Amino acid sequence: MKKQNRLNNPAQKDRAYYIFSFVVIAILAFLFAFPLYWIITGAFKNKQDIMNTEPVWVPTEWVITNFKNLMSKRSAELFELTIPALRLRLGKYIVTLGQTIIIKGPVVPAAIRWLVNTVFMSVAAMLITCITSAMAGYALAKKRFYGRTLLFSLIVCAMALPKQVILIPMLREMNALGLYDKIWAVIFPIVGWPFGVFLLKQFAEGIPTEMVEACRIDGASEWRTFTDVMFPMIKPGVGACAIFTFINSWNDYFMQLIMLTSTKNLTISLGIATMQGENSTDFGLLMAGAALASVPIIIVFLIFQKYFTKGITMGAVKG
Amino acid sequence: MANKKVTVSKTTRRLVIQENIAAYAFMLPFLVFFVGFVLYPMLMCVYTSFFDATMGNREDIFVGFGNYRELFQDPVFWKALWNTMIIVLVSVPVTCIFSLWVASAISKMHVAATSAFRCIFYLPVVTGSVAVTMVWKWMFNNYYGIFNYIGTSTGLMEKNINWLGDPKYALGCIILILLTTSVGQPIVLYVSALDNVDKSLVEAAEVDGATPVQAFWKIKWPQMMPTTLYILVITTINSFQCFALIQLLTSGGPNNSTMTIMYYIYHNAFKLYRYGYGNAMGVVLAIIIAILSAAQFKLGQEK
Repeated sequence: MKKQNRLNNPAQKDRAYYIFSFVVIAILAFLFAFPLYWIITGAFKNKQDIMNTEPVWVPTEWVITNFKNLMSKRSAELFELTIPALRLRLGKYIVTLGQTIIIKGPVVPAAIRWLVNTVFMSVAAMLITCITSAMAGYALAKKRFYGRTLLFSLIVCAMALPKQVILIPMLREMNALGLYDKIWAVIFPIVGWPFGVFLLKQFAEGIPTEMVEACRIDGASEWRTFTDVMFPMIKPGVGACAIFTFINSWNDYFMQLIMLTSTKNLTISLGIATMQGENSTDFGLLMAGAALASVPIIIVFLIFQKYFTKGITMGAVKG
Repeated sequence: MANKKVTVSKTTRRLVIQENIAAYAFMLPFLVFFVGFVLYPMLMCVYTSFFDATMGNREDIFVGFGNYRELFQDPVFWKALWNTMIIVLVSVPVTCIFSLWVASAISKMHVAATSAFRCIFYLPVVTGSVAVTMVWKWMFNNYYGIFNYIGTSTGLMEKNINWLGDPKYALGCIILILLTTSVGQPIVLYVSALDNVDKSLVEAAEVDGATPVQAFWKIKWPQMMPTTLYILVITTINSFQCFALIQLLTSGGPNNSTMTIMYYIYHNAFKLYRYGYGNAMGVVLAIIIAILSAAQFKLGQEK
């Protein structure tokens, strides 16, 4: 009898603890999800619901006035394409062929333009980062060359530093390059940030060196070896790098704040932040903006969640 | 014989050179961006910190250690350093312990539950700092915020508190928001680390009569040490970098009670246009973070 009790008790205790922790975590999860719920419902609430001192947990009516307000605040062209004139330098003469053409899209609410900018920025940063990181990661993992250790330690050190520290010199540099207030001023530093290289180096190291060598012996060029053998095998890593870069650039607020100024060049989060300065207590408007900035990226996250998790954990191994 | 040796070493050398050229060719696209937009600005940050620099075309004036001297006599800098330390000292341990507990609890659950919870705890990170800040600003609002409503209606508070406008509470509020946005990544990391723990060791320990608590601290915890170390480092860096929250909610106020080094750098550089001074602060911040990271690594290696 006594023996049975002893066997039974820990199991019961375990079960009780399990239920207890489940309940606590469910409550915590609810609290963590609540701000998002508050953003989305807030975006669709009417003025009375927003201004009620007693919180309205579920909107009494779902309205889109907040979005209409947001759209009517400012406007900008949908896109702007600049095709520079071709300049040729022949000796001391400079010959200009054609002229600079600027193609402008129709005028739309600024928020739409900001979304276009944000998508463009994130996609461009993602594509360039993936290509450069895959190549550099491969070289760091599989090639033996002078300065490899030094380069790798530089990369690790750079990752440990807060990137905001370098923003002042970056601002001056962008000014000198004529990139200030251009979307590329935000994209290039993201590409230079070495996390992707670090991640893909880890991935490439997992690929057996024999595969690469066999390919070389069979007479494939360096480039073919990379595109036909290496790249397909590190694809899951590239996927992780892509989604990670995409989400991070979408939410990278500080860099945008410093580099972008004119209405047409803002990103969605920066645009919302600017609006907050002007309409600081119109919470309906702010929630509509917050929803516009966060819902697309949350959907992207939910779709590619698996890759994303992989990216985070891969980067940490041997970190 | 001697002749052959020479040819061999010649071929090897040719191969080595080829390998080097190929390697650098592959590295080149990344190196352009890395050197141009990470390394060069870093060096310039140190360099400019010895100058009195501002925007526009004015030549920088060399001041030696002038910026640093001024920095250490600046009471706002010390206040900012103090606040930053409080944020780091509170948020790093809380984040680590909280995420370890959540991860160990949810990793025992059904696979679907694990991934659902992991996802929910990660949501505030994905939502983006601006959107998160907006909604918290509303929740903390003096009149329309739910914190004041819940506090007064349950009788915990006598009257509405101006959370973000009161030096007593503002920093605490910032830390609370920071915590919700910083536990996501550690939870993901800990869940995967717990998955990777050698199961046979745990089972062997349980057969030998170890309690789950013992099995956790004696078997799993040491195996997760590298992950813990990594989490400590990234959480420390993240806490130092906390910026959007402060810029959008309090701008360092009221009365510098939420001023952090990161925000003070921004304030000096982009409001007062004192680039040299801001850079000097950046250098000091980088040194502090480097020392802390090195200390954490040392500690982790000894254990």
